[in-house]
Amino acid sequence: MIEFDRVTITYDGATAPVLRDVSLRIEEGELALVVGRTGVGKSTLLGAVNGLVPHFTGGRLAGRVVVDGRDTRTHPPRDLADVVGVVGQDPLAGFVTDTVEEELAYGMEQLAVAPDVMRRRVEETLDLLGIAELRARALHELSGGQQQRVAIGSVLTAHPRVLVLDEPTSALDPTAAEEVLAAVTRLVHDLGVTVVLAEHRLERVVQYADRVVEVHPDGTVTSGAPDRMLISTAVAPPVVELGRFAGWSPLPLSVRDARRLAVPLRDRIGRRPVPDPPRSAERQRGATALSARRIVVRYGDVTAVRQVDLDLAAGEVTALMGRNGSGKSSLLWAVQGTGTRQGGSVDVGGTDPGAVPPARARRLVGLVPQTPTDLLYLDTVDDECAQADRESAGASAVGARALLDRLAPGIPGELHPRDLSEGQRLALVLAVQLAAAPAVVLLDEPTRGLDYQGKRSLIGILDVLASEGRSVLVATHDVEFVAAAADRVVVMADGDVVADGPVGEVVGASPSFAPQVSKILAPVGVLTMDQVRLALPEAV
Amino acid sequence: MTTGSAARAPRRGSGRRIPRALHPVAWWLWAVSLAVATTAVTNPVLLLLLLGVLAVVVVNRRTDAPWARAFRYYLGLALTVVAVRVAFLAVFGGDLPTQGVHTLFTVPRLPLPSWATGLRLGGAVTAEGTLGALYAGLRLGCLICCLGAANSLANPKRALRVLPGALYELGVAVVVSLSVAPQLVESVQRVRRARKLRGGPTSGFHALRGIAIPVLEDALDRSLRLAAAMDSRGYGRRGGVSTGSRRLTAALLVAGMCGLCLGAYGLLDGSVAAPAGVPALAAGATLCGLGLALGGRRVVRSQYRPDPWRAAEWGVVLCGLVPAVVLVGRLATHPAALAPSTDPLVWPALPVVPALAILVAGLAAVIAPPPVRAAHRDVGRSAPATPGSPGSPGVTATGEPAPTGRRVAA
Repeated sequence: MIEFDRVTITYDGATAPVLRDVSLRIEEGELALVVGRTGVGKSTLLGAVNGLVPHFTGGRLAGRVVVDGRDTRTHPPRDLADVVGVVGQDPLAGFVTDTVEEELAYGMEQLAVAPDVMRRRVEETLDLLGIAELRARALHELSGGQQQRVAIGSVLTAHPRVLVLDEPTSALDPTAAEEVLAAVTRLVHDLGVTVVLAEHRLERVVQYADRVVEVHPDGTVTSGAPDRMLISTAVAPPVVELGRFAGWSPLPLSVRDARRLAVPLRDRIGRRPVPDPPRSAERQRGATALSARRIVVRYGDVTAVRQVDLDLAAGEVTALMGRNGSGKSSLLWAVQGTGTRQGGSVDVGGTDPGAVPPARARRLVGLVPQTPTDLLYLDTVDDECAQADRESAGASAVGARALLDRLAPGIPGELHPRDLSEGQRLALVLAVQLAAAPAVVLLDEPTRGLDYQGKRSLIGILDVLASEGRSVLVATHDVEFVAAAADRVVVMADGDVVADGPVGEVVGASPSFAPQVSKILAPVGVLTMDQVRLALPEAV
Repeated sequence: MTTGSAARAPRRGSGRRIPRALHPVAWWLWAVSLAVATTAVTNPVLLLLLLGVLAVVVVNRRTDAPWARAFRYYLGLALTVVAVRVAFLAVFGGDLPTQGVHTLFTVPRLPLPSWATGLRLGGAVTAEGTLGALYAGLRLGCLICCLGAANSLANPKRALRVLPGALYELGVAVVVSLSVAPQLVESVQRVRRARKLRGGPTSGFHALRGIAIPVLEDALDRSLRLAAAMDSRGYGRRGGVSTGSRRLTAALLVAGMCGLCLGAYGLLDGSVAAPAGVPALAAGATLCGLGLALGGRRVVRSQYRPDPWRAAEWGVVLCGLVPAVVLVGRLATHPAALAPSTDPLVWPALPVVPALAILVAGLAAVIAPPPVRAAHRDVGRSAPATPGSPGSPGVTATGEPAPTGRRVAA
């Protein structure tokens, strides 16, 4: 169905090709999962399938890409629209019209599908994706999972043979991601659509894949059956890591398979005490650094946060979880003092950050927002660091550049912040905020766009912050990240705090929130691979 | 015609009619006809009657979409125009010898240098002059309200869909830019709040760079992603049209435009013989029509649920045409009734025939089928969706209310 024949892609001005001599065949009806570290060219590979690379992005493509018998050299993306459907990371950015029904019809209008056929296909697609009740709604008022399903539907109506999905669930909470992935697997199984999918959180999809395509940092690509490929891929979900650790063969890809194989391992681990997660030695839980009482945030007649109490201790990493729209962001912004707050009080060392000017509030509480790039506006990394030092003169003995080197060593100072990787950019913004030496650090969805290694270094950074005696609060959807990084979890639902306690108790006990390792090894209270390695040192 | 739209045909006489959207072009023709009628009138009684008719139709036949609430803003704009017009007269136009004898009050007059002849600042403000300005202002206000009514009754985006195929790209550009504006506002709010996190200024010249650069980068990113999405969904497919045909289209359109300009000039400028104008205009229009038709042939595209054109549409258009024809026609025969004299002052009368003609336009409120409102289509909807959209980062962070699934029923 899709054939890459010795494809080499080089972008304009680049010295080395992004993809090098790629030969690849994806058969009809397969679900091919594209894996690789951030920035290795996964998106380039996906873009080449419908000709967006190089027709839209520029650059040079040597070799041949043939999709359903059409060569992308002679067929620009618009002429492949009836064969390949593309769904991106941010569905809202790709919407052309403003209601669900019109969006579903847009692609067909371009393809000149007859009106009665269009009408029928819109109805079928609405049912197929379970969005019939949304038909007349405006696109911007849908939730993220609904938007992503509409985006998938809007390319499906053209009846493409191939569906290309570039990280479709990266912005979604676990439940919404399930909705979208369930829809995708249904398309593969019921309609025989060929799906090419890139995804960071492999634990969600790896069990459905028929083929794994790994993009290596040097631009070469290998592909094969998932259980064979995943023995050696650079990125791997926890279930695979556990399988590799235990030497299971064939490698289990789902919790179900792993649980069957895990019986002896469970016995061995169960006989030993559950080890603490690895933490730096200086990290100690201190006194209360921030105390919020009866926080209320309202927008019009919608109450986002309902009288929430929150205490954050020094030297502790707390995770804030909950589905999209449960009030996590509103709570963070209200506590920091910049966001609106209709009621309640915050106490950080005797001062309410909401009652003092922003320049002083950031010395009490630092916040890294969901889109960290909003904070950056200068041309080089060094300029940003120097500006941050000016903004927080006298607050910290350590300059922003020194902080940045501690968080992410080796970023060249003359680079433009736009050219940094997601993880480096996050570290830069964190350094800018830490220059003000706040005792409390809040991070809103920092794991978006980070691969496993990126998350691992973020976990290290948070550990450093906590061992310096700061209090850290992270809002996130990522269960595996929470299990490895946090000491305590606060779960919000509909503006209320519904759970608050140690990670093992809150996350380990929940059927939907439990990390994979914990699901496989239950009832043993082990949450992460790090703990498994600590528990069985002789097996390493 | 699709089965679906046939099922939505109005059934008169069998209880309530089935709601559907009237063809947007029908509303525009109705409103433009009323605007034409307005130009023939300065009689305040007739103008107020017309305003009343517009308001009744808008209130009865608008949907609950955001653009449908626009009428009040046009009304406000119209009032402003009237006020400005009268105020300007008081300041600039007073003390003209032709403006009657009933002085209302006198504004202190500023002596102007001799080269400023014809310009006056201050002076006596007469009842005649004020009334004249009021009538003219009211007429302008009425025109604005006609436009407002069209915009409130017909979805502006749907109206663009009836553009000839050759102009499709233009319509898409307008639609996309309309949807970009609110995103830009959201983006500015988000970045301003982020600036506060760095303790930086959020207003004034110094803040401009810190806010403008992230916002522009964001906007550029977004438009590139939109362009990529449109490209991969088939926008701009060409159905095997030769280069020659495309060039012919362009040549026809350019020649046609030239003809239209020449014709218009000939018609409007008295010094050019009138016959020179009409043929040029006709030739230009023909060439343009040919160009559009030829250009439209290269467009391979279909339309989802096209708005049907049925009896109700004809009815609404006729309702609008009646006052236009009657008023413009009577302007020649009974000018006094349509444009009452302000010097000498007379009470404006209520001429029966024009008034009836204007009332006919109000029948559109009955002839047009009831609009589709949320209450009709949301029956059986599931529980409100999870508010908040992660796709637009920081929906809650912008201080905007997180969108809820609930909607105010009409």
